[in-house]
Amino acid sequence: MSLIENVSRHVGRNFSRRGFLQGALASGVFVLSARFVPEPLWAAEGDGTAAPFQPSLWMSIASDGTVTIVAHRSEMGCGSRTALPLVVADELDADWSKVKIDQAIGDPKYGDQDTDGSHSVRSNFDLMRQVGATGRVMLISAAAAQWGVSPKDCTTEPHFVVHRASGRKLGYGEVAAAAAKLKVPRKEAVQLKPRSEWRYIGKESNSLFDLPEIVTGKAIFGMDSTMPGMVYASVEHPPVLGQKIKSYDDKAALKVPGVQKTLTIDIFKPPHQFQPLGGVAVIADNTWAAFKGRKSLEVEWESSPHSVYNSAPFRKTLEATSRKPGKVVRNVGDVDAAFAKDGHAGIKIIEAEYYTPHLAHVSMEPPVAVAEYRDGKVLAWAPTQNPQAVQETIAGVLGIKKEDVTCHVTLLGGGFGRKSKPDQVAEAAVLSKQLGKPVKVVWSREDDVQFDFFHSVAAMYMKAAVGPDGKPTAWLQRTVYPPINSTFDVSAVYADDEMGLGWNNLPFDIPNHRAENGPADYHVRIGWLRSVANIYHAFAIHSFADELAHSANKDSVQYLLDLIGPPRIVALELNGDEAEDAKNYPLDTARLRRVAEIAAEKSGWGKTPMGKGRGMGIAAHRSFLTYVATVVEVEIDSKGEVHIPGVWTAVDAGTVVSPDNIRNQFEGAAVFGTSLALFSEITATNGVIDQSNFDNYQITRMNRAPRHVDVHIVQSQAPPAGVGEPGVPPFAPALCNAVFAATGKRVRELPLSKTKLV
Amino acid sequence: MIRFRVNGKEKTFDGDPDMPLLWYLRDVAQLTGTKFGCGMALCGACTVHQNGAAIRSCSTAMKEVSGAEIITIEGIAPMHPVQKAWMEIRVPQCGYCQTGQIMQAIALLRENKSPSDADIDTAMAGNLCRCGTYQRIRAAIHQAAKHQAAQETA
Repeated sequence: MSLIENVSRHVGRNFSRRGFLQGALASGVFVLSARFVPEPLWAAEGDGTAAPFQPSLWMSIASDGTVTIVAHRSEMGCGSRTALPLVVADELDADWSKVKIDQAIGDPKYGDQDTDGSHSVRSNFDLMRQVGATGRVMLISAAAAQWGVSPKDCTTEPHFVVHRASGRKLGYGEVAAAAAKLKVPRKEAVQLKPRSEWRYIGKESNSLFDLPEIVTGKAIFGMDSTMPGMVYASVEHPPVLGQKIKSYDDKAALKVPGVQKTLTIDIFKPPHQFQPLGGVAVIADNTWAAFKGRKSLEVEWESSPHSVYNSAPFRKTLEATSRKPGKVVRNVGDVDAAFAKDGHAGIKIIEAEYYTPHLAHVSMEPPVAVAEYRDGKVLAWAPTQNPQAVQETIAGVLGIKKEDVTCHVTLLGGGFGRKSKPDQVAEAAVLSKQLGKPVKVVWSREDDVQFDFFHSVAAMYMKAAVGPDGKPTAWLQRTVYPPINSTFDVSAVYADDEMGLGWNNLPFDIPNHRAENGPADYHVRIGWLRSVANIYHAFAIHSFADELAHSANKDSVQYLLDLIGPPRIVALELNGDEAEDAKNYPLDTARLRRVAEIAAEKSGWGKTPMGKGRGMGIAAHRSFLTYVATVVEVEIDSKGEVHIPGVWTAVDAGTVVSPDNIRNQFEGAAVFGTSLALFSEITATNGVIDQSNFDNYQITRMNRAPRHVDVHIVQSQAPPAGVGEPGVPPFAPALCNAVFAATGKRVRELPLSKTKLV
Repeated sequence: MIRFRVNGKEKTFDGDPDMPLLWYLRDVAQLTGTKFGCGMALCGACTVHQNGAAIRSCSTAMKEVSGAEIITIEGIAPMHPVQKAWMEIRVPQCGYCQTGQIMQAIALLRENKSPSDADIDTAMAGNLCRCGTYQRIRAAIHQAAKHQAAQETA
């Protein structure tokens, strides 16, 4: 399989899990790989030598009772490294204080490891329950045999098997060796706990496994990884995507104390995928010397077709495209016939256009990795969301076998989608091969901001016909942006997976509806950022819904509920994994209504008198199969600055593992949403990114963050859905709707700092 | 030769005097609890104490720490009331910025034993958290202030 296919397969798993290459999708290979979570690779049969007890790939118990659980998903702050082992521990009936977590290396035997798309718990919940429950059954059997009683007469309490009648107990460690000799039972023979007996799943007491190490500074992130004998590297990348090196002068750089030498990295061959960008690397004794050496480097670059990229004219191109018919991605009824009734029977047409800029991820830990190439094999340590993509990318770039790349996963200092792309790990491997020693590549913040896989810039055109009652009879929505696909296929101009992210599944009760997507060229690497296309899709849809509410002179919450309409399952025509999801997770308007009602009620909507310059706004959006409604309250000061006294979010994510962590995720999503709504914007001039650090690419600071974020989790027995991303999409439209309520000014472009409010 | 102390231990440095303290701590002294985030004193991930005051080690050159007493997160005896509060409130998500946040909070509480929300916002505005844990940081600082007061009266 070629690198393109290999990498695309994993990318395809990322956010809505359809393959990137339709041809390959049709072959079924992608669907299979996308959905492939292996049944536990159960030990075929215990042979008495298996010590410790290891009934599956995922879990083992040592004779001292230590339970080791494998975390095969990456930890970037969303809590999956804690949540999945908690599920195992619950079904195993283990004492959590005796659990150790073993972070998996990248290996297809674990199935999909790409920690994105808010699906770590969703895709692994049943499997992890099975892993724990199987271990418990075997421990009970082993203890029962020792006592000469029936397993049916035995039960467990944390870390002990108990014989009910006699009260005798055996610790898990004491029976581990005997359990290891037993045959692993078939899945059907393993009973899962009833919900009422869960000790950890859904409990308030759960906290992050790594919490003590984090607060004491002992937690090891990618930035903290070392290898004996390693050198440090900082890479000068081409300022414009695809520029080749014309010439470079490293004389001054080599005079910097600590600088050892310079090396070049080849410019990537399109499509980019996750290859290194290329450039000139400064190799040094320490990070500082490498950074300082780079400042003295003089590089002349050849021209690139992407030098034409200027954000202001590009915006005009996107907007012009958005006014023309595009590719239809969902069609219900006949919007054109309904629009033709303009002026008749009280029908009027309302149109609006929305625009959102590129964004950069700026996780607090910039991209970094350590790698060593030796004897045709690579060993890497990296803060990666996708260690198998590390294997595939390095294998492709160096022409070695994927199996010969070992990728260890550290904690990630944030990820937000950036760290699914392992270009910096490949840089370390390429440099190590040239140098013959381990290399640590450290990106500066400037590198991170300027050479991101950017969240796409987008233009949306919206049009509705509304009747005399103010309700829409027709709703047309058109979206245009350089698609993520362009990073993997240079000819891609239409969005693909992004359509499932809040565009082809409008949950509103409107008889005539059409959703379209228009073409756009790319000039920078486009990637996915926390909640991805939902950000601009939700901004357009929920801002426009509020525009219609005000046009109809209706209360925004009531109008939203009317738009959502009666409780029902929304009929959607979907393919591939989306169709699969729709079977298990039908789009249920009752659940969407409920979160909207709860958020409104918790916020005191309509009950709190709003003084001058204050207002509330609402948006309700389903993403990653989770229903979220957010009410934002704003206060506009005399300078026109927006302050956010309160945010009320209601979440229905189905069954949840760690409620307090989920509240933390949604509190954080409000801050992330504040950043993109108020401050953040990436622009390009002649192909070069204008921003470089936190001074000119601003994110929310404590003094501008929401003063109070209230998160209400709806109790649900539905299957688990996503929690890392879904808090983001409704935030910006709810905030901008609040700004309208406070000022009468409609914000149709982000960030809001571009709109004068006073 | 620059002489100074790190977490109570005598240190000397004869490398590039322009090297920021951050990179000395991380790459030379292997004290990696102090994090790199921006290199321009814009994010606070690298916060340590110099003679008791919170400073940004990424923008403090080695030549500026001559004779100084530097305390990093590794030099804070766990569980400090601030760390305890961080655990109780379950502040962190990814955790990367949190050592800087904690060092900043410790310095704040040394100066101001009972800070208001506004005091906290002012003191902490230089410490970015991309995960967005600010609400919990504020709550944890209030809680740490209570722990500290209880400790002092005990």
